Amino acid sequence: MTPSLMLFYVLGGLLVIASLMVVFLSSVVHSAMALVAALFLIAILFLTLHAPMVGVLQVLVYAGAIMVLFLFVIMLLNPAAVEPRRRFGWGFGIVASLLLAGALVAVMTNGEAPLDPVAATELFGSPETLAKSLFTDFVLPFEIASVLLLVAIIGAVVLAKRES
Amino acid sequence: MIVDVGIIAAKAFLVLFMVLNLAGVLGWIERKGSALIQDRIGANRASIFGFAGLGLVNTLIADPLKFLTKEDFIPPHGDKFLHTLAPCMAFFPALVTFAVIPFGDILVLGDWVINLQVADLNFGILYIFAMASLSVYGIVIGAWASNNKFSLLGGVRGSAQMISYEVAMGLSAIGVLMVYGTLDLQEIARGQGSLIRDLLPDSLGFLKTNIGQLPAWGIFLQPLAFLLFFVAAVAETKRIPFDLPEGESELVAGYHVEYSGGKFLMFFAGEFAEIVTAAGLMTTLFFGGWQVPYLMRDGFHFPWGESWLLPHLAVAALQVAAFMLKVLFFCWLQILLRWTVPRFRYDQVMRLGWKMLLPLALVNVIVTAIVIVAVNR
Repeated sequence: MTPSLMLFYVLGGLLVIASLMVVFLSSVVHSAMALVAALFLIAILFLTLHAPMVGVLQVLVYAGAIMVLFLFVIMLLNPAAVEPRRRFGWGFGIVASLLLAGALVAVMTNGEAPLDPVAATELFGSPETLAKSLFTDFVLPFEIASVLLLVAIIGAVVLAKRES
Repeated sequence: MIVDVGIIAAKAFLVLFMVLNLAGVLGWIERKGSALIQDRIGANRASIFGFAGLGLVNTLIADPLKFLTKEDFIPPHGDKFLHTLAPCMAFFPALVTFAVIPFGDILVLGDWVINLQVADLNFGILYIFAMASLSVYGIVIGAWASNNKFSLLGGVRGSAQMISYEVAMGLSAIGVLMVYGTLDLQEIARGQGSLIRDLLPDSLGFLKTNIGQLPAWGIFLQPLAFLLFFVAAVAETKRIPFDLPEGESELVAGYHVEYSGGKFLMFFAGEFAEIVTAAGLMTTLFFGGWQVPYLMRDGFHFPWGESWLLPHLAVAALQVAAFMLKVLFFCWLQILLRWTVPRFRYDQVMRLGWKMLLPLALVNVIVTAIVIVAVNR
């Protein structure tokens, strides 16, 4: 086993443990912190895949911004005082995870054989490459995504203003 | 191979050593400086075995000893694990952020060319914002795990404030990134070595003889961005006038009200480490980083034609010394600010961040873009 593969298994194992903790921990704040740990581990996985910029963006956007807002909302609403509603039982959970696992196995076994690893070029994952593809090939999806975010912001403001 | 690893380890150790020690010294400067401002004598009772002669050194030893020997109190109905984890989460980003800030140009020792920067990332500024965004966790989690309403209020205030000012800080830095055309902090520092006249086109030749003589530092090219960045950076360190998360008169001590001993020391030292990092960033983005005006790699070349050649080691030493001096100046400026101005009200903090800094930063980005296009045409 090569060192990089060993590193992958260690990181992947920790990632699975962290993800399980997100689901199974009883306190919402603990779950949120486990999710932060999982996102951080994904960022380290990106580092090992020669994509340090994507890793840093992962930390910046998910661990640093989105999860902070999650925690902010959790602390403001204090869900410990609210008994969680059990809308779906174990049966639904098992069926849903079996379906997901089936889809995953189907995707992994069907289709073409995985490509051989290619050596990363000098500019792979650099800000220049990323920006160029975002603003040339993918400019329309990029702009649509920003419009979507704008709609969400305006919607939040409208909802917040409705009462008064 | 082994030498390369050794060089990287040595650089990492040196920078960490510098940040930690400067944080300790700043703790002393803060007390002595506040005493100077308020016409007091200040900390002068640290006597070790009856010997108080060495002022600074005594305080530097006595401070951490006192913190570490105090009782470590964990609130009975708080969350033990997260209460212990939170100070580490507050301390960690403050220590690792300095890794991408260059403290010198290149140092050539025999066959080795050493880049005086711990981590040479070509998107260094993104790494800094990523780490800065993580520092919110220490405050939020520490506040929540303390099971105290005062600290929870402080944590909520702190997270809202830090998220708000991160936006303004990031946008104000974008003007600088556009001017120098890179995300790499070492390249930004190198770009500030040229003179303004080199950036001007011939059609603006009348400017070349006067302001063209100045080095192309960020402060001359992006003065508004510096002002916005400075305010946002002070708000990020949560010190007066932005210390609402701890606001003693309202929240006792805010998010760290339930912390004592070594864990409080980590919050405390983390704040000073953040000051050092903020000073390093201001230096790198706006004040030339390690640049000394008119000092090139082989010595001084003044715009009026005179040249003083210097050996390589002297140039490198001058650059590192210039960087340290600038960092010390901005640390002092932040401490001076803390003891000069009163605290904002919380609604004022939010209004300043969202309604003044953010629009001004956006205007700065747009104007910078227009000027860059007009000058390069």
